[in-house]
Amino acid sequence: MMILQNAILELADDNLILGHRVSEWCGHAPILEEDLAMPNMSLDMIGTARTLYAYAAHLENKGQTEDDMAYLRDEREYLNCLLVERPNGDFATTMLRQLYFAAFMEPYWQAALNSTDDVVRGVAGKAAKEMAYHIRHAGEWVIRLGDGTDESARRMKTAVTDLAPYVDELFQSSAAAKAAEDAGILPVRADMRAAWDKTINHIFGLAMLNPQEDTFAQSGGRQGLHGEGLGHILAVMQSINRAHPGAVW
Amino acid sequence: MYSQGLIGADGSSDETPEFLEAFQKRIDAEEKIEPNDPMPAGYRRTLVRQIGQHAHSEIVGMLPEGNFITRAPSLKRKAALLAKVQDEGGHGLYLYSAAETLGVSREQMTDELLSGKAKYSSIFNYPTLSWADMGAIGWLVDGAAIMNQIALCRCSYGPYARAMIRVCKEESFHQRQGYEIMIELCRGTPAQKQMAQDALNRIWWPSIMMFGPHDGDSAHSEQSMKWKIKRFSNDALRRKFIDATVPQAEYLGLTMPDPDLRWDEDKQSYEHGPIDWTEFWNVVKGHGIMNVDRIKARQKAHDDGAWVREAALAHAAKRNARKEAAE
Ligand SMILES: [Fe+2]
Ligand SMILES: [Fe+2]
Repeated sequence: MMILQNAILELADDNLILGHRVSEWCGHAPILEEDLAMPNMSLDMIGTARTLYAYAAHLENKGQTEDDMAYLRDEREYLNCLLVERPNGDFATTMLRQLYFAAFMEPYWQAALNSTDDVVRGVAGKAAKEMAYHIRHAGEWVIRLGDGTDESARRMKTAVTDLAPYVDELFQSSAAAKAAEDAGILPVRADMRAAWDKTINHIFGLAMLNPQEDTFAQSGGRQGLHGEGLGHILAVMQSINRAHPGAVW
Repeated sequence: MYSQGLIGADGSSDETPEFLEAFQKRIDAEEKIEPNDPMPAGYRRTLVRQIGQHAHSEIVGMLPEGNFITRAPSLKRKAALLAKVQDEGGHGLYLYSAAETLGVSREQMTDELLSGKAKYSSIFNYPTLSWADMGAIGWLVDGAAIMNQIALCRCSYGPYARAMIRVCKEESFHQRQGYEIMIELCRGTPAQKQMAQDALNRIWWPSIMMFGPHDGDSAHSEQSMKWKIKRFSNDALRRKFIDATVPQAEYLGLTMPDPDLRWDEDKQSYEHGPIDWTEFWNVVKGHGIMNVDRIKARQKAHDDGAWVREAALAHAAKRNARKEAAE
């Protein structure tokens, strides 16, 4: 069960950490409409993470809760991919990061509708719809910014360069994920490449953007080998919970 | 969230007595005034000012609670807090739209907020210092806002009244959610209970100041009451709020931070101790701990977002041009 638990935690951590990053914008967005849209996207991802953490806790079967999973694991135990922990940067970077993630997760959850696992199927139905909305929302911004002013086009291009190293890891399966894939519980990550390329090429075409060629691909998140940003995310996120061990909120 | 208190608009009008009388007749007959109806300049000015202050309060009000989104101690509370802060932004949006019906744009109002010309509720110039503040703000600040906004659902200006009906439903949800945080803390460890008491101690007085100066010291109140923009006096709403809140604090087992607070058997209502109006006016004038930081945060979001807004406009223009060229 430990193997399946780790595979589920990878998915949960991706959603929580990206949900956290997006929530950092709340109250500080470029326009009021985005002050509403970003918490929405963040809530979608945190909601998905909660269901998955509860499932991971259930699999461990030691009476743990979703909060134990989120608040009491350290940096080296977090299994999210590197893309989701990247700093928000400017609005162009945030929207491109969201597009990259959603363009992967939407077909992934679609495929997960055929999972042999009830919980995974349950999460997939809701999450696939949400991710389709995130593709639309973030994609529209990538188009507006890519084909907006000189400055916005320049910022969009910088974002493409900055995030390029973190794309490939989305399509890589850890040993835990492979075991779950072989059991028909989770979709095969590498199979999402064609759908992802199609979404990104379509949007980049409208945004007058070129995909980044020849990048050195980073990875390590699935082994708990992160950049320096994650430790700070967790230090903030877990601070109150950890200051009051055992407290109920 | 917002409460009355600081409207301060000049309600004077120089229309003919016949015009003013006809308008007053409509008000007295409880007719709703709609955007294209004739209205005295002072009525319009008072409303623009009030709705603007209200909208800005919702927007600035996102900051103190936003301060705990990334630290919320459970995922359930994190999700609820995010949704709440998002609701407040939504309230800002409806209210800017209501003000637009009176001929002022969101851009104009935002400029007035950033330049300091327009005010927002002083309560948001206090810092949030612990998780219990998320409970106390929902319970007390949203609670105080509801007292005022329920009355505003019957405001004579139609678009404002209708916006308030929608807002009130969400505010009462916020109030319950805040109180539930307090219940959980008061049932919890001694440290949690201490945190709850400390939040009440800090937030109680500013929250009863939200109703504004005592009736005798409240400028322009009378005209607003006559025009039915305002339905109850500051002191009447404050009393209602205190009467509703004291038993809730007792249920939590918390001590009210007002040694002079006492039940008046004759009035069947609470009498509170003296309010420190010097503090109130200091904060209104810009000397609260957070005044400068709040406006700086709004200014930074505005400045950092300028290129995004420009790009959106430029893209829309390009799109239209291409469409026209294709036709
Ligand atoms: Fe509100
Ligand atoms: Fe509220």
